[in-house]
Amino acid sequence: MAHKRKDMLIDPLVDNNPITLQVLGICSALAVTSSLQVALVMTIAVTLVTGFSSMFISMIRNHIPSSIRIIVQMVIIASLVILVDQVLKAYAFEISKTLSVFVGLIITNCIVMGRAEAFAMKNPPLDSFIDGVGNGLGYGLILMLVGFIRELFGSGSLFGITVLPTVNNGGWYVPNGMLLLPPSAFFIIGLIIWAFRAWKPKQVEEREYKIQTMEAH
Amino acid sequence: MSDQDPQNTPKGPIGRFLALPPDSVGKTIFVAVAVCLVASMIVSSAAVALRPAQAVNALKDKQVNILQVAGIHDPDADVIKAFSVFEPHVLELATGQFSDAFDPATFDDRAAADDPATSQALENDPAGIGRLSDYVTVYLLRDDAGEIDKVILPIHGYGLWSTLYGFIALEENGNDIFGLQFYDHAETPGLGAEVDNPRWRALWNGARLRDDAGALQITVAKTAPAAGDEYHIDALAGATLTSVGVDNLIKFWMGEAGYAPFLENLKAGGI
Repeated sequence: MAHKRKDMLIDPLVDNNPITLQVLGICSALAVTSSLQVALVMTIAVTLVTGFSSMFISMIRNHIPSSIRIIVQMVIIASLVILVDQVLKAYAFEISKTLSVFVGLIITNCIVMGRAEAFAMKNPPLDSFIDGVGNGLGYGLILMLVGFIRELFGSGSLFGITVLPTVNNGGWYVPNGMLLLPPSAFFIIGLIIWAFRAWKPKQVEEREYKIQTMEAH
Repeated sequence: MSDQDPQNTPKGPIGRFLALPPDSVGKTIFVAVAVCLVASMIVSSAAVALRPAQAVNALKDKQVNILQVAGIHDPDADVIKAFSVFEPHVLELATGQFSDAFDPATFDDRAAADDPATSQALENDPAGIGRLSDYVTVYLLRDDAGEIDKVILPIHGYGLWSTLYGFIALEENGNDIFGLQFYDHAETPGLGAEVDNPRWRALWNGARLRDDAGALQITVAKTAPAAGDEYHIDALAGATLTSVGVDNLIKFWMGEAGYAPFLENLKAGGI
């Protein structure tokens, strides 16, 4: 059992990553990866919300009527997100200003709902918590990777500490302004998915169509 | 809660109720009400418990914004100490004179705007603010000789999604804009939220409110007005409604219902 739980935590990092394999949660991944600090806070927030919402939903899963189960899940997820938002506003005001609406939008993050519906409704609380944390971390891993590339090459710094002195500040590095814009995260996530699937060919999806072989006439 | 064991017959009224099939009507209503109650209690107690810490942050943020709009913000300095260079006054909008009826240290602009005793419902309301307070807190910045250098005036108005709260800093003649900055809004990130973009904010520096004849000419628009470039702020690309909101609110607050009487006094040297 212990071995299985460890797998549940490790699996979503690479083998079953919510972003690269399931291609979920892309929207917020574009928005919050322009700097590592913001990406880290978002990672922690999503991990906590996914973990605890899965746990609470799993605790009452035998009593949730199937007709209103999505609403019950949303109420639990939304309450946790508001809680995170309030704590950030009280203790990390600057970061909460940068994250602005994106903390609130964790509610609509498909990963949280997906784990609640697919895992927590059928499994005991501890397993659901571990599964939620694992998926939050899998999402965060990609967030940090993208944030690392975007902050390093977009503003020449990591966690706000200058690594490549930019021309504007008297250095030599001409920053790539496109990396600070959301579309660049699309390209980076695309490249990461490509790299993951080249490394683990099992992740490549089967085509939904077949190319017909043409007969020569 | 552990999985239900079918061998155990439920005991007591609560046990029997919990053992009801989840899809029964009673249980559905019970679960919905219980989940909502618990969730709302958690959310509201968190909001109440964290409010003092949030209020301190909001106040500091407002002060940092006043420092920034006046162009004297030093990120390393202590905010409260740096802020003490400002001279806060409660201004009566209709007369354009400072009022002694309130203490500027405790006067709450937003509460005053909601209080029927100190505010009026607006009939002509281009800025979309609903009620206009009779009194607002303004900040004076004096130079070394004790003369007024800049005045910082609070402004707010509706954009696309939210009310934008900000400050405008004017030079001592009450007509030249030094800067404009919003500290609280919820416009679309990347589009309307570009009101925070330093490059856009820099456009306000040096713009003028009124022409020599005294007519209000300042405009936020895509093209320059006939009056000339010094009255024109380029609208934000992709954020038409936010730009229109900023245009409306600046015209409203600088107009007769807003700060016009005060700016007249300021120009005449009566402050």
